[in-house]
Amino acid sequence: MAIEILMPALSPTMTEGTLARWLKKEGEAVSAGDVIAEIETDKATMEVEAVDEGILGRIFVPEGTEGVAVNAPIAVLVEEGEAVPEASGSAGAAPKKAEAPVGTDAVSTGTVADTSKAKPDVSEGGRVIASPLARRIARKAGLALETLNGSGPRGRIVRRDVEKALEAGSGKTVPAEKTTVSVAPPVDAGGVARVPHSSIRKVIARRLTEAKQSVPHFYVAMDIELDALLALRSQLNAASPSEGEGAFKLSVNDMLIKAVALALRVVPGVNVSFAENEMIQYEDVDISVAVSIPDGLITPIIRQADRKSLREISSEAKALIKKARSGKLRPEEFQGGTFSISNMGMFGVKEFSAIINPPQAGILAIAAGEKRAVVRGDQLAIATVMTATLSVDHRAVDGALGAEWLGALRDIVQNPYRLVV
Amino acid sequence: MKNMDSFDLIVVGGGPGGYVAALRAAQLKMNVALVESTHLGGICLNWGCIPTKALLRASEINHLLHDLAPYGFAADNVRYDLETVVGRSRKVSQQLSRGVAHLLKKAKVKVFDGRAKLVGKAGERHKLVVTKDGRDVAEIAASNVILATGARARHFPGLEPDGELVWTYREAMVPKEMPKRLLVVGSGAIGVEFASFYRNMGAEVTIAEVADRILIAEDAEISGLAQKAFEAQGMKILTGAKVGPLKKADGTVSTVIETPKGRTELTVDRVILAVGIVGNVEDLGLEGTKVQVDRTHIVVDGLCRTGEKGIFAIGDVAGAPWLAHKASHEGVIVVDEIAGRNPHPLSPLNIPGCTYSRPQVASVGLTEDKAKATGRKLRIGKFPFVANGKALAMGEPDGMTKVIFDDETGELLGAHMIGAEVTEMIQGYVIARTSELTDAELRETVFPHPTISETMHEAVLASSGEALHI
Repeated sequence: MAIEILMPALSPTMTEGTLARWLKKEGEAVSAGDVIAEIETDKATMEVEAVDEGILGRIFVPEGTEGVAVNAPIAVLVEEGEAVPEASGSAGAAPKKAEAPVGTDAVSTGTVADTSKAKPDVSEGGRVIASPLARRIARKAGLALETLNGSGPRGRIVRRDVEKALEAGSGKTVPAEKTTVSVAPPVDAGGVARVPHSSIRKVIARRLTEAKQSVPHFYVAMDIELDALLALRSQLNAASPSEGEGAFKLSVNDMLIKAVALALRVVPGVNVSFAENEMIQYEDVDISVAVSIPDGLITPIIRQADRKSLREISSEAKALIKKARSGKLRPEEFQGGTFSISNMGMFGVKEFSAIINPPQAGILAIAAGEKRAVVRGDQLAIATVMTATLSVDHRAVDGALGAEWLGALRDIVQNPYRLVV
Repeated sequence: MKNMDSFDLIVVGGGPGGYVAALRAAQLKMNVALVESTHLGGICLNWGCIPTKALLRASEINHLLHDLAPYGFAADNVRYDLETVVGRSRKVSQQLSRGVAHLLKKAKVKVFDGRAKLVGKAGERHKLVVTKDGRDVAEIAASNVILATGARARHFPGLEPDGELVWTYREAMVPKEMPKRLLVVGSGAIGVEFASFYRNMGAEVTIAEVADRILIAEDAEISGLAQKAFEAQGMKILTGAKVGPLKKADGTVSTVIETPKGRTELTVDRVILAVGIVGNVEDLGLEGTKVQVDRTHIVVDGLCRTGEKGIFAIGDVAGAPWLAHKASHEGVIVVDEIAGRNPHPLSPLNIPGCTYSRPQVASVGLTEDKAKATGRKLRIGKFPFVANGKALAMGEPDGMTKVIFDDETGELLGAHMIGAEVTEMIQGYVIARTSELTDAELRETVFPHPTISETMHEAVLASSGEALHI
């Protein structure tokens, strides 16, 4: 019998995704374990494996479709010779999966249900499969093709679909003039180019707006001297074999990840989430590290960073950054995390404050380390100093606690032996 | 009499509608029976499309052999052996008919040799009795039955064929000797193809057409060009013609033909009647069903359903256009419908029509007159073969491609072609119609050079006054 393939939830918080690519064609045989499609979630591209075997009878969701709700049928597997259903049983009204169940022990896994209720956005700017004639008639009538169901081969919208919609007066009409302008990417009268949002840009916009609007941020900044840490780094790197398996090259960032993790261990009150009726205290320290990627940023996670050696953190961070930049992160590699670090030191930034990545309660903004005049006793001295700014969720962390945590971090960075023992 | 055999589907008639339906059903794992009384492949394959193409090929060769000089050849004493010409045509048919038998066997379709008749129902299933030479040979039943019994030549009082001097397509296809003078009554595709064959084989040919122009289904401009071309080959064409009673004497036929221009008295050796067809609806047992018959054709809806649940009709017996490819497509649609695959009805405007005369004629969609009648604003483009390099190189400068677009939407409403090889080219426009391409996509399409198909591109460009080579 026909088996519907549903849009998988690749992570507990995923509500929708983009069907990026089909790797199997209609009519192709599929065995369990075959990769049949690629799905782009908020921040990464994932492969979908077939669970059953059969023949890919029909693809309901063409590749490039955005905002495909979790659990919506995307294709159907049939047995050899079996009739192929034309459309999915619940086409159009695919049940949107409610919030996915969180892992059995939310606290220990460090995963918290994303409280954001993102609506599946209808594929604006997504590819609509329609015949040229259907497009032209729809454009003339000011009918939005996205609102129609195609009855042509593989769901292609053809003339009869447009005419039926026009007859029935259904379909969302759009002000004809305005649409043609806003849809056309080239230049309009004002000399501006309009580029439709990528899926990641939409997520960034939604998540950050929500964070800044719903989380009461406050900021605590502190100057932290880096000379001891830099000296330790030189010694450690000098101890690395010049090449081969065991070779390593620690970055300042690797050391700061460990320092932040240890500070969270010392002052665990910042390693929390504010939930509706309770405070969630995380046992593990999972550090999300902001990484810029071509069309946005993503935060791969160093899990249990407080328990890992610098060398482990360094090699893990390198691998995750590489994966992030090539869009290969798996959801569990960037979803979750209990605290974030955003380091803009390499850009020579003096100081900045970052937006919290909910449901986390804090993020540390690290600016450039630079030589500054410092006062020691009554003497002027030169030290390498960076300004670190902590953004915290005031619902979960009060000012004194924030300051205490930042002080703990400063102690660790300025007395960095704790990073290696 | 055997016990009743039960099937998922019974197809009555083994022509291009029926046998394709049976193959499709077998593909979808149905248990299929096909009942054919005479020859697998039907009229199309045995007495229609295919053997006439073999004859027309011979007549083209004959024409070419008499027109060698421009190419630098000379041949004396060119002649043909009619028996071989006809024999080759029969051989082609037999080969294909055997091919169909093989395909059906491979698909495990159970073929019954005989005539089928509906004899009531057993529960949800329709029962049919198969008879051969007056004897019942089988009783079979299925919930779904496809009637694909085809059609035959129409007769008018006073214009009855006798198989000797007055022929239908059947005798016209197997002449024992070449008539010196021939009258063809009717100028649809069948009449025109026979006229073309016999003219190119050397006969004096007169066409009598009751309508005011030949090839009435085609665009008026195209049929005008066809008439001119035929007349230039020496055919006599009478339009608006009423053919009087046929008087036979001494192996000839005499008649009086009245046209608006006057009376023509004509004596010929043979007459070919090609004045339309009637559906084969007799002796099918339809009277015991809710199947409706209107003027010899079974009434069906877009999915070929009759008034009786589980009984479908496809092809010629289900009405115009009387074309093999329409029948085949309907066969697939019906089987897909039975299998619950929700097929869409066939759009008549997407069914191409081809006439294999010299020159050939091919078309799809609306004629200019019918397009005008829709009230839409039209954009029409034409391109003559005389401005096409390949046509000139081939020595085929007579021809034209014509396209009709809806000015507002760019929809290709109709395409009409006349000239060499147009029957092989029209599919380009059929694809455009089926995929709902507009003039914009056709304009961007790269046509290979040098081919006659470039006229198809130029005609599109011409529709907006942008043809490049004229």
